Amino acid sequence: MAHSARRDSPELPDFSLLKRLARDQLIYLLEQLPGKKDLFIDADLMSPLDRIANVSTLKQHEVDKLYKVEYKPIVSTSDQLCFLIRPRIQTVKWICDVANADKAAGRFRRYKIIFTPQKFYACEAVLEEQGIFGDVTTDEWAFYLLPLDDDIISLELPEFFRDNFLAGDQRWVRTAGSALHLLHTVYGPFSKIHGIGRFSKMAYESWREQVEEGETKARQAEIGKVFLIDRDVDYVTPLCSQVVYEGLVDDIFRIKCGCVEFGTDVTSSDKRVKVMLNSQDKVFDEIRNEHFSNVFGFLSQKAKNLQTAYDKRRGMDIQQIKTFVSEELKGLKQEHRLLSLHIGASESMMKKKTKQDFQELLKTEHSLLEGFEIRECITFIEEHINRQVSMIESLRLLCLLSITENGLLPKDYRSLKAQYLQSYGVDHLLTFANLKQSGLLVEQQPGETLTVMESKVGKLVNDKAAGKLTDAFSSLAKKSHFRALSKKLNLVPKSDEEYDLRVPRDMAYIFSGAYVPLSC
Amino acid sequence: MMKSKPDEEDYWNSSKFKAFTFDDEDDEFSRLKESKQAVNSIRGLVEEDDDEDDVEKVSWSGEPVGSISWSVRETAASNHRTDREPAFPKINTETPPLSRSHSGYSLSSLFKGKTKGGNFQSITDTLSDSSVRLYAPELRKPKSEYKDYVSDWSPEETVHRMKQGKSVSLEKFRSLQDKLLLLDFSVAAHDGNVITAVLIYLKRTLSKEVLFRELESRQTALRHFIHYLTETRDQKLLLELLRALGRTEDMVLLQYKEHLSIADENKRRDFLKSCLSLPFPADDSAHVQDHYTLLERQIIIEATDGQAERGGKVEMFHKFPRRASIVNMPLITTLYYCCFYHYEEPEGSFSSPLNIRHTFRISEKQFFVTALAARAKLKAWSDVDALFTCRNWLGFTRKRSPVTFSRVVDILQKNSAPTQVLQDYVALVDDVTLRISLAQKLKCHDIIINTYRDLKDRQLLLGYRGKVEIGSAEERKIIELLDNQQIRWKN
Repeated sequence: MAHSARRDSPELPDFSLLKRLARDQLIYLLEQLPGKKDLFIDADLMSPLDRIANVSTLKQHEVDKLYKVEYKPIVSTSDQLCFLIRPRIQTVKWICDVANADKAAGRFRRYKIIFTPQKFYACEAVLEEQGIFGDVTTDEWAFYLLPLDDDIISLELPEFFRDNFLAGDQRWVRTAGSALHLLHTVYGPFSKIHGIGRFSKMAYESWREQVEEGETKARQAEIGKVFLIDRDVDYVTPLCSQVVYEGLVDDIFRIKCGCVEFGTDVTSSDKRVKVMLNSQDKVFDEIRNEHFSNVFGFLSQKAKNLQTAYDKRRGMDIQQIKTFVSEELKGLKQEHRLLSLHIGASESMMKKKTKQDFQELLKTEHSLLEGFEIRECITFIEEHINRQVSMIESLRLLCLLSITENGLLPKDYRSLKAQYLQSYGVDHLLTFANLKQSGLLVEQQPGETLTVMESKVGKLVNDKAAGKLTDAFSSLAKKSHFRALSKKLNLVPKSDEEYDLRVPRDMAYIFSGAYVPLSC
Repeated sequence: MMKSKPDEEDYWNSSKFKAFTFDDEDDEFSRLKESKQAVNSIRGLVEEDDDEDDVEKVSWSGEPVGSISWSVRETAASNHRTDREPAFPKINTETPPLSRSHSGYSLSSLFKGKTKGGNFQSITDTLSDSSVRLYAPELRKPKSEYKDYVSDWSPEETVHRMKQGKSVSLEKFRSLQDKLLLLDFSVAAHDGNVITAVLIYLKRTLSKEVLFRELESRQTALRHFIHYLTETRDQKLLLELLRALGRTEDMVLLQYKEHLSIADENKRRDFLKSCLSLPFPADDSAHVQDHYTLLERQIIIEATDGQAERGGKVEMFHKFPRRASIVNMPLITTLYYCCFYHYEEPEGSFSSPLNIRHTFRISEKQFFVTALAARAKLKAWSDVDALFTCRNWLGFTRKRSPVTFSRVVDILQKNSAPTQVLQDYVALVDDVTLRISLAQKLKCHDIIINTYRDLKDRQLLLGYRGKVEIGSAEERKIIELLDNQQIRWKN
């Protein structure tokens, strides 16, 4: 997300303060276990931790060796072990196994577990059951928020979606409330909060409680209004294919924790490179939100500029060259490096998105969004599945179909499911069950709800009226929630005018003009 | 906004949305190439005055030097080199055992309760204190801390304390009524951590029957309990719970899921066989049956083929060595494999494609597409041809295809079919515009020439002359056609 173009908008708050707070807290915790120790880090936490405290900082506080948490016996020889983990039962069980193995071998060590962002009672129960409760010290590291860019902050909790929306487990409610509370304390106080969705409400209530428990100092608020939106309010946006530069980079290379790894075909050397992608990368900052069709033009312009700037030095005298070297050269070299990476990435994208297929995919998505030629879309999805193009992409299309049409027709559901299982394996029976549970891929249920309603109301009125009511109800039931919503909010832009992707009027450009994300 | 049919063509062909394509203008791609050249030309200039400090050091695995993942890798690598320490190092007896269980607080600090707010704190509370302390230093302790000496908390108050992460003792809630109050208050508080904690206590102190009965009417608590049992891998209890609630579908899927943890294929096959008797919903039953049958087949095929390949006498395996075992692969992959290696076999054999098609009720379309891809990969063009040909009642043969010919062309092209072969199929594409665009992309000149001739469009034909090689057979053909007086050109 680029900065606002308006000159009267206030400066963004300095979110690096969050990093400093987290770092200081972690150091404090590490010092609670004095002496040399080995640190085991949860795989998910390695990248975030890197952004907060790097290896030298950790070493300064007597951390000897660093290990990744892997569920197998450890090789560490240190007398003190420190574990920095997310509160997962499986991980805690593994730690207990480690400690019990040590006990069995007669080896005495000190163990410290740092749970982040908080400890769960279920974890303590495991420690107790395994007889390790008295042998470890436990702590909580209140690391809730990681700034990924000047204006993006992440909770870095990948398991959140599955826990909350699939299993219906509300364990992270307090975490969300605490994260809000942290922002409120450091950058608030908030003036107004708006929200949509059940979970937003719960998070809000948790936050309110924490505010009342604590004390708020009066200060100059840097964050005033807050909007909370549940993910399941709009599933359509993440299901559509992305066509802006940053989106495509994520699609093809996977951006994790603000970093991406480029392979050898991009770097045109024999090394892989991990790059941080944020607004510090000047080239990236300018193209990240651009529709891919604009990116080439921009990159070529930049390359020309770079060449010109470099050629400048031909006509310089000694003094000018000196200034040039000391001031501009470094910046130019940096830009050159970034530019070549992004050009390489763009080339890779072009090759991977084999033109014909991607075109058809987009066309199908757009048709689904508009509710146009649904049967052709279903045929396309069928072929997509038959050709075993991509497991995830096939599912994405199926879910998009289900959401925009308020569920698949039973015969379509059966047929597409059977074909999917044939193409990608029968164990996806479980996948389909999960998708059904989370509401992403369901069958239409016209019969049931209608008759219940009908019979209830039918008892109250006479036959003629009952007949009219049935018609009214059936038209309501068939109309998909998505369609009604998209009409009301104008989410699918009218296509009678020319849609210019270079100077877009609204946010629909990120889907080539087909759909405006609900949250915009 | 709903569109009517005629608009559709315009929609996609006009520039209304500038539906962008990656290959639209060759200029786009060549612009990119230019940029790349520009950048590469400077590369030499840039790198000659490279000072090490400015460039971020990156290790061979791509991690920036000094980052955590780099450090972890280094440690792992060095551990392989060093020897392990002997199993019985000296036990460190210097430190007093008690201090182990407290987050860094010495014994004396336990009795410093008064300085922390004037109350005597029990040992376990030190755990919760550290969480309070960790907030930004300016925050004082929350007010509720001050009145926590009282040990007779009601269920509601207990839940409230648990929300704040304080440790509590649930043991004093012994009546069922109290326990249910505890549960209901925790559900009302929306905090999953608390709900699960209460459930752990109830699981320990209530019989299954009572617990299940009470959970039946409490959906939120039930969800949390199921999730908890899943995480602790308490399969047995979870199945009992689902059975008691009458959730047959979930129960059956849970049992089926077990097959994923069985590595040995024979054991897995036997397990799947035992699953067949489970009460699956109608369609799923057939799927599981297929799963079992397929795995059974795959094991047999793998054994036979593996042996043949090792024997070295079968040419197919020699020319196209198998890259992976066919066991546990999806059905379509298996079909492709059989179309590749066992195409000719009679229907009686397990590895015959026709047998597979029949046993698993594969649609004509699907079979056709898979066979086409496999034979095309092998460049068996006569086989490919045979897939289409069929005789009609007059005794003539004509090509028929269950999928569109443009799809056929697409599959052939992806398998690097030569232009002569592609041409035959492009010619069969019904839609003229599509035919022309495909022919242009694949450089099937004859088709284009013929089509323009059929359209009687002189201008297009003239225009196309520039696109063929000078002096080639195609050019001569064009000239011939243009000179042909008998054709009534449109323009």
